[in-house]
Amino acid sequence: MKRWLGFYAVAFFAFLHLPLLTLAFFSFNSSRFTKWEHFSLDWYRAIIRDPQILEGTWNSVVIALWATVLSTVIGTLCAYGLCKRNSRTPTGALYLSLVTPEIVSGIALLALFQWAFRWLHWQLGLYTVVLAHVAFCIAYVVIVVSARLRTLSPALEEAAMDLGATPWQAFWYVTLPALAPGILAAALLALTVSFDDYVITSMVAGVDSETLPMVIYAMARRGASPVINAISALITVVFGVLILLSERARET
Amino acid sequence: MKLRTCFLLPAWLAMALLFAVPFVIVLAYSFLTRGVYGGMVPPWTTESYRRLFDALYLAILGRSFAMALAATALCLLLAFPAALFISRAARHRNLYLQLVMLPFWTSFLVRTYAWIFLLRDTGLFNTILLSLGIIHSPLPLLYNDGAVLLGLVYGYLPFMVLPIYATLERLDPALAEAAADLGARPLTTVWHIVVPLSRPGIVAGSVLVFIPCLGAYLTPALLGGGRTVMVGNLVQNQFTTARGWPFGAAVSIALMALVTLVLVVFLRRESEPLA
Repeated sequence: MKRWLGFYAVAFFAFLHLPLLTLAFFSFNSSRFTKWEHFSLDWYRAIIRDPQILEGTWNSVVIALWATVLSTVIGTLCAYGLCKRNSRTPTGALYLSLVTPEIVSGIALLALFQWAFRWLHWQLGLYTVVLAHVAFCIAYVVIVVSARLRTLSPALEEAAMDLGATPWQAFWYVTLPALAPGILAAALLALTVSFDDYVITSMVAGVDSETLPMVIYAMARRGASPVINAISALITVVFGVLILLSERARET
Repeated sequence: MKLRTCFLLPAWLAMALLFAVPFVIVLAYSFLTRGVYGGMVPPWTTESYRRLFDALYLAILGRSFAMALAATALCLLLAFPAALFISRAARHRNLYLQLVMLPFWTSFLVRTYAWIFLLRDTGLFNTILLSLGIIHSPLPLLYNDGAVLLGLVYGYLPFMVLPIYATLERLDPALAEAAADLGARPLTTVWHIVVPLSRPGIVAGSVLVFIPCLGAYLTPALLGGGRTVMVGNLVQNQFTTARGWPFGAAVSIALMALVTLVLVVFLRRESEPLA
């Protein structure tokens, strides 16, 4: 049976990884069909020439950076406030925000913004997307930072306070530096989660704030194209690097 | 105010403003009527909820439920032997786990798109089958229920592997050895000893797969080609093209109620052995 399990594992990992590897492989194919002709970087050049893709990427980067900074600050403070306290309500709300179907979060935020715009004469735009992303990134940050907090000894802060530090000083000079790798890991995770989101974004984005996932989605709705293969390969590599960095930070 | 309380304030505010308030608005909309000029107006009514019981919408709810159930069962079937393999591997367990998680960390949109690329008429499978002469015209692999199911399974498989692995890893190997000593064949041991003991992991994994599948929107929209309407697509449709916000809100509330019900029923019952 051991040998069969081994064979199965090979097939299992092939199922998980081959689709993405094939996708990346054919992004270097000169033909738009799934038959190898010869090596070409044409589809990557097409990305650079496509203003929609470039603008979408730019919007996505801006949104992801804002959402990451905001959610990392809020989430880190929240994780710190939650530890040593058995308040279940905020934790419950955070977990509920994780299991809420994305489309439901999306329409709920759309309803909120439309409702608020009755009094405020604003419009959907980049900032509504940032707010929506902050809403779902906080939970990820809290989970990652809390895991790091649990590994810290409470004796550290107690020692600082015994030596005369105020609670704020103990947090700022002792706990925060010790938490830094966890915070970095959380921020990188938030960055990828925000950059990747399509469903919620598409509900709350304004006309001038199309993100990269929205551009890809619109293209994919019209069928496969080697240009999407090329973008996909790039995204996969960038995400892979970010997540590897995040894992490394979490382990130090 | 104590420092820790101050620290909770921003998160509390964000969750209230961006999670609780929108939810209340959706709840309110689900009991309102659509006005002539688009806005939601009284009278308050349960009409939207009654519409849920129309044969058309019941069929969509039923199909979503069936799809999520089928995806969960397939994930379980695929993930259990893989988790067993990893838990019994002598070396490289962490590497295998990372290999399970790796595709999960790449973009969900990209992973869904990969199947459009592979399953389309000129995709890899059809090209191979055609060039081998097994088929003479491309098979319609994309834009059907099967493609959606495949996309859901592929998307959420890691959610099933990890919890099962976590319980298998903590299983005392002496139990399986004892069964073998008493003459049980390996498969018998797995079926009668290992599977029942890994129940908490199986339940946790199933919940983690079932919930996102039930509310899936992206996968059916891209791989179903508009034909397979799941409940997520129904919600999106009501809020965009159909302009049926009260009904869309009612569907959302029903979906949330289902998700919460599944969570409460299964996790409450299983949380003790997990802790």
